Amino acid sequence: MTSHHTNAALLALRRGMGRIRAFETVALAAHRAKEFAGYLHVSIGQEAVPTGICAHLGPEDRLTSTHRGHGHALAKGADAYGMMAELYGRADGACGGKGGSMHIADFSVGMLGANGIVAGGIPIACGAAQGLRLLGSPAIVACFFGDGAINRGPFMEGLNWAALYRLPILFVCEANTFAAFTKADDTTAGPGALARAESCGIPGVAVDGSDVEAVDAAAGDLVRAIRAGSGPRLLLASTYRWEGHTSTDLAAYRSASEVEAGRGRDPLARLDATLAARGVPADALRRMDEEDLAEMTDARDRSREAEPPPLRSAFSDVQDAGAPEVPSWA
Amino acid sequence: MGVAVAETTFAGVVRDALADEMRRDPTVWVLGEDVRYGGIFGQYRGLAAEFGPDRVVDTPISEATIMGAGLGAALVGTRPVIEMRIADFAMPAMDELVNQIAKVRYMFGGQARARLVVRMPHGLLASSAAQHSQIVESWMANLPGVVVAVPATAADAAGLLRSAIRSDDPVLLFEPKAFFGRPAAPASDEPIPFGRARRAREGRDVTVVTWAQALDPALAGAELASAEGTQAEILDLRTLWPWDEEAVAASVARTGRLVVVEEGVTVAGFGAEIVARMAERSGPALRSVARLGAPRIPVPFAPELEAAVRVSPERVAAAIRAAAAR
Repeated sequence: MTSHHTNAALLALRRGMGRIRAFETVALAAHRAKEFAGYLHVSIGQEAVPTGICAHLGPEDRLTSTHRGHGHALAKGADAYGMMAELYGRADGACGGKGGSMHIADFSVGMLGANGIVAGGIPIACGAAQGLRLLGSPAIVACFFGDGAINRGPFMEGLNWAALYRLPILFVCEANTFAAFTKADDTTAGPGALARAESCGIPGVAVDGSDVEAVDAAAGDLVRAIRAGSGPRLLLASTYRWEGHTSTDLAAYRSASEVEAGRGRDPLARLDATLAARGVPADALRRMDEEDLAEMTDARDRSREAEPPPLRSAFSDVQDAGAPEVPSWA
Repeated sequence: MGVAVAETTFAGVVRDALADEMRRDPTVWVLGEDVRYGGIFGQYRGLAAEFGPDRVVDTPISEATIMGAGLGAALVGTRPVIEMRIADFAMPAMDELVNQIAKVRYMFGGQARARLVVRMPHGLLASSAAQHSQIVESWMANLPGVVVAVPATAADAAGLLRSAIRSDDPVLLFEPKAFFGRPAAPASDEPIPFGRARRAREGRDVTVVTWAQALDPALAGAELASAEGTQAEILDLRTLWPWDEEAVAASVARTGRLVVVEEGVTVAGFGAEIVARMAERSGPALRSVARLGAPRIPVPFAPELEAAVRVSPERVAAAIRAAAAR
């Protein structure tokens, strides 16, 4: 497509994608080296989607995420060290070590939480939009989910709900090809997310989710319509999940040639080619990558050294009335 | 307070309390099925006319999204009252309740508060059968992160609803279906704090602990036993989490005898927790314990069969007599 973006705008998108790539590359290596516990679902290869969407969101706008949500959080402005320290289960973590990768949230930037339940964010996004309207806020909600989520009930419930009340929600189906270990298409009847949205009267747009310029342009149009009061919209962004479902999933269910083709749709390399054609020197991009890697490596190093949470913090923030007693051993 | 009538119903009393809270705080709103109509028990009657369709929101029959949207609205700063129609219908919304609402504050390290109320009328009501009669508050007492309120009277339901709406915790309010139509006097404007039992009957011989619709057979059974000279003290817990352990312990210290009467299944029911805690605290001073409740069967339809899950006043009286004899 012909790009209407300035070089500065493209470089900002490149930076956003590069930071996500660097964060997850560092985190994945650390997790595979058994530096921290739990699961890790990375979104390497999908960076263009949150980057292109969040370019159109302000701090007051809200976002609901998924179990594969590091990119969503970073793109919305969450602090990288807080996120990394959360992966390490540290007291400094975004959630004080109580959530881990699957429950990263940063309410200070409107990031209402990753979610361990597929489609779990969809009803929450609906209510957030409804609540914002009741409060008289002009903010909108971006609701991320994967192609596996469209077969859960809350997806259809949420589409109907959002359309019924004309809520200011951008539904983003980040179609990374897989529903856990299985091809999402193998378990989906009919033409999929767009058609399901259209059946509720929600207009949608499909884009190549490895083309950040396309995501950014489509998101811009959709967000403008939503802010103008036109009701919800859906963006279907097709991508490819480079890694397995989790960091320990070797993804033996797919062929080497398929993976090669998927990795060939690298959103960063694609934008780099565009920038090169515009005369942006390769050195500038390399420097950017080095800075991003240094930022995330530093976040990792600090997380390694950070203190684990005190045992007694396991008993805090449960509830006010009927709060748990802290046992003598804690 | 609402309408100036000397006598209204349970449903009217809680409706008045809700209307009052909605006047007090413009961020309080209601979402659920048929709420503009007034709700199936009349507990929302008239609210749509006063507060309009943006604060009394009729929803699709989408329980998961009713519950989850309530949470989303709470996360941006409103205080939703989530209407579930009856407790059984919360089952399609268990992910939103159990995985999301109960855990957001904790999982997110204290960044979030689920300031919301889930209204789930519950209990046996005239052959409603297995999917419209369930008593599930004991499950919820096992769920960290929520307050579980189980009022038996209109005044308690109104006062606990006020506390629930003002609370920063998610509150599950189980109201007794069979009592909504009962005549009731207007309630006080005061919220009722969580975790304080109400003494529903005085007595020196046996401690009876109960809540919700089981209060009826507990009171009637205590009167039968009283006619034979045994006086039971009845504590209506009003909330299961937090629950008034100190009030129960104080009563048991006087009587040495404990009978728990609940409407739900006794196996792993909250009565078991009460008995276990009293056993831990009281030792040999606790001379006898008994649990009355439903057998571990689904609620059957035919009235003759439904009787099998009901605790009768006669059974309560027999348990009180047996306790006093030990």
